[in-house]
Amino acid sequence: MTAWLATTLLLVLTFAAFAAALWLYRLNRGRPTLQALMHPLVTGPLMVSAILVAAHIDYDQYREANQLFFFLLGTTTVALAIPLHQQFHHISRLFRPLIITLIFGASFAVASALVIAWLLGGSIETLISLAPKSVTTPIALGLSEKIGGLPALTAGVVVFTGVVGAVMGPLIFRWLGITDDRIIGFVTGICAHGVGTTRAFEISARCGAFASLGLGMTGALTAFSLPWLVIFFLD
Amino acid sequence: MNLLRGLAVLILFQGIGEGISHIAGIPVPGPVIGMLLLFLALQFSHTETPAWLGRTGHSLIRWLSLMFLPACTGLFFLPDISRNQWLPIAGAIVLATLLTLLLAALLMQKLMSAEGERP
Repeated sequence: MTAWLATTLLLVLTFAAFAAALWLYRLNRGRPTLQALMHPLVTGPLMVSAILVAAHIDYDQYREANQLFFFLLGTTTVALAIPLHQQFHHISRLFRPLIITLIFGASFAVASALVIAWLLGGSIETLISLAPKSVTTPIALGLSEKIGGLPALTAGVVVFTGVVGAVMGPLIFRWLGITDDRIIGFVTGICAHGVGTTRAFEISARCGAFASLGLGMTGALTAFSLPWLVIFFLD
Repeated sequence: MNLLRGLAVLILFQGIGEGISHIAGIPVPGPVIGMLLLFLALQFSHTETPAWLGRTGHSLIRWLSLMFLPACTGLFFLPDISRNQWLPIAGAIVLATLLTLLLAALLMQKLMSAEGERP
């Protein structure tokens, strides 16, 4: 197969899987628990990987063909500044609850993951690769490399965390009886970074703005503190 | 035309962010720096967000799931790690994420009602 044809087909595969995943998602409207589990970020990647495995295509070739999406992911990150700016008046008013929740959430996410992994028999390398799990992927990769983890493992761990948070979040908030979209957004942004932020924007613009705030603040806090903590504990 | 104008501005900020991240050698990724710069620019311009920029931004954000799809697929193609590490990894992610969601949400709810906030 010529290279350009393969690239085109692998790009079309992404669009087709997304369209199918969105159709499945909308089909389950009105069944909230099932719909949360059938989120396009769960079913879409499942379909793509099934096809890649069946056709004996490696992930690296697929990723290479889909560079466009990785680039646009960056562009969309920049675009998050717009709802953040439009909703900022809510945010400056809630400064104290936001800062305290941020510091608690960001440090508890890392500490609880490390303790649980250690109790279940995780190696030092595993623990270090897990540490940046709640930070948005590009920050996490740089961090993992800096503190001596396995960047490829960290990349998978971050995406998995995001999907778990984005899928389970709405179920947990419903169970707790929390309906305030500022709480839902901010906590989802802290726990589930970009994937959770996507989910938050589906709820409302205000929910999404609080999620992008949580994502940005968690990323900055972890990026500046984690390297020092790892050096402190490992030496 | 408006969509293109918005996209050009966003990519410009993305590029500036990448440049700063690269030259200054800080671990914060370029797009995050770009987001911060665009946010500051909007805050200090003291005008309404231009409609063309708002529309482009909101349409990109609406399709964020699509852009995440290739990255999420990588989850099924993780590098070989020793078999006995799967349980600690999966267990830590699922349990820690659930616990953090639960406790952070309860904490923020308490703090907001202490400030007399209504949803």
